[in-house]
Amino acid sequence: MKKPRTMKLSLPDEELVGSGNLACQGCGATLAMRYVLKALGQRTVLCIPACCWSVIDGPFPHSCLDVPVYHCAFETAASTASGVKAGLEMVGDTETTVVAWAGDGGTFDIGIQALSGAAERNDDIIYVCYDNEAYMNTGIQRSSATPFGAWTTTTPVKHFKNRPKKDIDAIMAAHRIPYIATASIAYAEDVYKKAKKAKDIQGTRFLHIYAPCPTGWKSRPEDSIRLARMVVQNSIFPLYEIENGEKYTLSIKVKDKKPIHDYLKLQGRFRHLTEDQIKFMQEEVDKNWARLLRKVESSD
Amino acid sequence: MIRKKEAKKIVFQSEKEMPMMPMSLGSMLYNKTGAWRNIRPVVDLENCIQCGICWKFCPDMSIFIENEFPYVNYDYCKGCGICAEECPVKCIAMVEEEK
Repeated sequence: MKKPRTMKLSLPDEELVGSGNLACQGCGATLAMRYVLKALGQRTVLCIPACCWSVIDGPFPHSCLDVPVYHCAFETAASTASGVKAGLEMVGDTETTVVAWAGDGGTFDIGIQALSGAAERNDDIIYVCYDNEAYMNTGIQRSSATPFGAWTTTTPVKHFKNRPKKDIDAIMAAHRIPYIATASIAYAEDVYKKAKKAKDIQGTRFLHIYAPCPTGWKSRPEDSIRLARMVVQNSIFPLYEIENGEKYTLSIKVKDKKPIHDYLKLQGRFRHLTEDQIKFMQEEVDKNWARLLRKVESSD
Repeated sequence: MIRKKEAKKIVFQSEKEMPMMPMSLGSMLYNKTGAWRNIRPVVDLENCIQCGICWKFCPDMSIFIENEFPYVNYDYCKGCGICAEECPVKCIAMVEEEK
């Protein structure tokens, strides 16, 4: 212990997520919650529908979170958050941030109706979707966030998913809500910055956080952060912000785009893919990336 | 808030003891997740450059900073190995757990 150097942490050291939670080893969703709560602070109410986080939180009289949690029905994350916000305003509390925290199933499939309603009313809530690309809590079933080619228990290897992932950010942009951002847990400061920015904006704000799931993706737990970084660098999941539904800004400008091959090889759910299928996926990724770049250029 | 930080499991003897509305009374600290672990991270403090990356990426909040150096709380570390993988100078080794 020589080197006297003052340690500078890139994030505040206040922890609102406690140890002893029931997450799997190498869980990305826990990290997403940790970074977002660091930014939002103690004055936050969480509305959690059925998703991994309703389990990670712990059984009834216990909770690993230091903020109030409201467990609601699967399809009602956004409408519950709207109701909590309206109730708080009735008693004169305008400072507390209300967060709907849902997984990708509760956002892309089941909760989209409530989310669309809340976005249309422009209710003053933050909606966070942590995206692990299937219904991981109930046992890895296909959701509309599952990417092309992935194995799940309902899309087995012989009949793997042959449709692309739903573009939820474009759907939310079409609602003209004030703030939409995509984030990845490998870029912790970026998640923190975006959650902080979302806190200061009025209206419906949507955060889409990429959270790897070693259990469902059949990847090694220590690769979680690496996968979350690779997915940004090969632009399968680019990081950008959309303000008022039209102003696109890239958060991380990817200089040399990496091929998706290495990313797929780290995950067991893509093991069955042939070279032709990977080539097809690469073409789709390039097309989506070009489309996003066009949007960014046209909004400058 | 003080009571929340206690590592004690709350058990109700009858339903009369339960609160009127479902609310959280304690933290999950009673659940020692260290028992899930097969491999344990060991930090080599001689080579540590104090970047804080292991602390930043720990999904179990089990790396704590004391005297400007990272230490692992083995009560809660689940042994995922993210800290060893992400360490820029590779000073964290994953050692097999002994029975």
